[in-house]
Amino acid sequence: MNIRNTIDNLKKPFNRGEKWEKFAPAFNALDTFLFVPNHTTKHGAHIRDAVDLKRTMITVILALLPALFYGIYNTGYQYFSQLNVDYTFVDVMLHGSTKIVPMIAVSYIVGLAIEFAFAVFRGHEVNEGYLVTGLLIPMIMPVDIPLWMVGLSVAFAVFIGKEAFGGTGMNILNPALTARAFAFFAYPTYMSGNQVWVSEASNVDGVSGETILGMLASGDNSLPYQPMDMFMGSIPGSIAETSTLMVLIGALVLIYTGVGSWRIMLGSVIGAAITGMLFNLWGVNELMSFSWTNHLMVGGFAFGVVFMATDPVSAAQTVKGKWIYGLLVGLFCILIRVFNPAYPEGVMLAILLMNVFAPTIDHYVIESNVKRRLNRSNKPIVNIA
Amino acid sequence: MSYDIKIKNGLTINLKGAAQNIIIKAAAPKTVSINPSNFHLIIPKMVVKIGQKISQGDVVFYSKKNERIKFCSPVNGVVKEIIRGAKRKIIEIIIESIGDNERSSKKAIDYKNLSSEQVKNLLLDSGCWPFIKQRPYDIIANPSDSPKSIFISTFNSAPISADFQIILDDQKEEFKHGVKILSKLFSGDLNIGIEKNNKSFLNDIENVKINTFNGPHPAGNVGVQIHHIDPINSGEKVWTLGAEDVANIGRYFMTGSYNPVRTLAVSGPPVKYPKYYKTVAGSELCEIIKDAGINQNDHLRFINGDVLTGYKVESDNYLGFYNNTLSVLREGNHYRMFGWVPFVNNKVPSIYKTSFSWLFPNKKYDLDTNLNGEERALVVTGEMEKVFPMDILPMQLLKECMAGNIEKMESLGIYEVAPEDFSLIDYSSSSKIEAQHIIRKGLDLMISEVG
Repeated sequence: MNIRNTIDNLKKPFNRGEKWEKFAPAFNALDTFLFVPNHTTKHGAHIRDAVDLKRTMITVILALLPALFYGIYNTGYQYFSQLNVDYTFVDVMLHGSTKIVPMIAVSYIVGLAIEFAFAVFRGHEVNEGYLVTGLLIPMIMPVDIPLWMVGLSVAFAVFIGKEAFGGTGMNILNPALTARAFAFFAYPTYMSGNQVWVSEASNVDGVSGETILGMLASGDNSLPYQPMDMFMGSIPGSIAETSTLMVLIGALVLIYTGVGSWRIMLGSVIGAAITGMLFNLWGVNELMSFSWTNHLMVGGFAFGVVFMATDPVSAAQTVKGKWIYGLLVGLFCILIRVFNPAYPEGVMLAILLMNVFAPTIDHYVIESNVKRRLNRSNKPIVNIA
Repeated sequence: MSYDIKIKNGLTINLKGAAQNIIIKAAAPKTVSINPSNFHLIIPKMVVKIGQKISQGDVVFYSKKNERIKFCSPVNGVVKEIIRGAKRKIIEIIIESIGDNERSSKKAIDYKNLSSEQVKNLLLDSGCWPFIKQRPYDIIANPSDSPKSIFISTFNSAPISADFQIILDDQKEEFKHGVKILSKLFSGDLNIGIEKNNKSFLNDIENVKINTFNGPHPAGNVGVQIHHIDPINSGEKVWTLGAEDVANIGRYFMTGSYNPVRTLAVSGPPVKYPKYYKTVAGSELCEIIKDAGINQNDHLRFINGDVLTGYKVESDNYLGFYNNTLSVLREGNHYRMFGWVPFVNNKVPSIYKTSFSWLFPNKKYDLDTNLNGEERALVVTGEMEKVFPMDILPMQLLKECMAGNIEKMESLGIYEVAPEDFSLIDYSSSSKIEAQHIIRKGLDLMISEVG
């Protein structure tokens, strides 16, 4: 193993007691990316499962790829189909790639730089969580958002959303949605309206496009799209959120491998479906009478529920809590869409809201478990304080 | 009333090298050891000196905190060495055997006319008391406590661990006698946990509650059985015994001499002839290892106990006091390039379907001791519950143990668990959490703060 020997030689100055000891987490992150380390079990069980955090995170990235590729395609497709020029599949993908690849690069460079810095500063290993967050952030942005805004949102999300709470595993809000919420409130003109959802819409005449939810919120129900378009995803929207089909493929990967919580996904769909049906019966404004099945397919609902709501750190952590959390995410998503025309896209705020309440949900689930144990003995726990 | 319990959450790990159904009598060990670290939190007060001649059943040391709990020599011999560590802490006592253990002068003890207190004193004086452990805390039982019930698990569900069915079939009479002694000692419920569809003699034992269990590991863990039958509430005590130790107590009353027999399953992927060896607790391991056909030039790990809960020993060390399994694994200190990529490296099974190992549920694996990753922050939720068949929230309890929050630990169920119940969480954690270690520290904190 020549590569291995080379790495071991390079690693020498980072070893304990050596010159660059402090920077060992940064080097280890790269080393363990190449090789699963030779660590053996020290305490406890002598054999260990093949799964580690790297593998779970890479599985999520695999699940994201269909939506990402479709997002790249749709970016080009929306642009060229409105221009009325001849175009090929290659043109479409090239146009999408030139827009999206730099965003991903900025997101990873800024985010990982901060993560590495904190790992060195705090003296712990680099956690893999950002691999997913870093890909999610560009995927939920409008395509024309300036790169510096992406960088700033990423920095905000990692500093305030994650490291301020103690780093990976401690954050209350989903970091990717924190980035989007930051951009949404800091630069609303780049994040909403009818000029941001299709590539170059603000620069080229003849190109425009509003999201379906945006049209409905302004009372316009002359939708040029069929439900099949909404399902396949050839509609304007944030980069990777549009195709329900691709998100479903990702959901299958997550559920099949056991990495994503099917309870949260199913709970959210049930919550949104019931709320949607109730509003369909009522039907006072355009969004209320918008069919509940369409509600599940448009906007970021599917993407948010599958990839954001299931973030294990910011979601509810108990089994029962996950059901309740999921149901409420679905309910609030439709509620916000219908009742607040300023935020036609409800799923971001619904998930962030439930992130805040997830610990409360867990608290009551835990309390009921504790109470069950107390009732069993029918006598009070001896207070030792 | 007996129960029939189905365990749903858990995991069966198929490993190569399970011991075959052959018991052979191991050669009489030249040296044996008593290792105080086998008796958690016991501080030994030595009775013997180096060079002193002792007989089988003579007291070697007693517990400094409770002088009634005595630890006795398993063989006739001479105290060869008392190994001490920092602050003169006693690490191990080594006794050179001089053979001739069966002494005819001792006679069977007629237990029928003895009172419970007399039985207890006999167990304490003979050195049999350390066989009895207590929950909570998983330590040697305090003889002045009165437990609410006794639990004995007669099957092992951990991977390639000793099959108690084979061991007990070899010691039927001793086991039955042991059960009688225990019901003399203690008038409450005596629970015996057996595997479902087991047709052995255990079903016919009288005056005990026979509970059947069905499901993956940890169905055989006594803690899981207690939780489903008669859970421990605050302030309550339950006593537990290993299956062969019940037979050892029976043997003491049948013969009058303390003879801690240990039928040892030597198992593991690198073992050429995995089988059972009948020897004595604390016996030296080197002869057994040689006989089982283990190539010591390989880089191997020897484990006193099963692969999930045991502790590491060297090949020239000694058998522990309680364990019925000596597991052998290859050390896994090798690198794997891009080994974290999903769907490659299918030779390591996973609770996640991120490898194709789940397609072959009956395939037997040759696992080594590689950690398969590095320790990370707790990120993924829900995975612990999949392998933890109790109505206890494992992750929340672990977090409170890490924080040392005694009140929360108590209300979340620390009294019901032992480190071994968390061994599958150790195994399956994607953050490589050392759950057993955390729980042991949590239990020790409870002992020192609550008692």
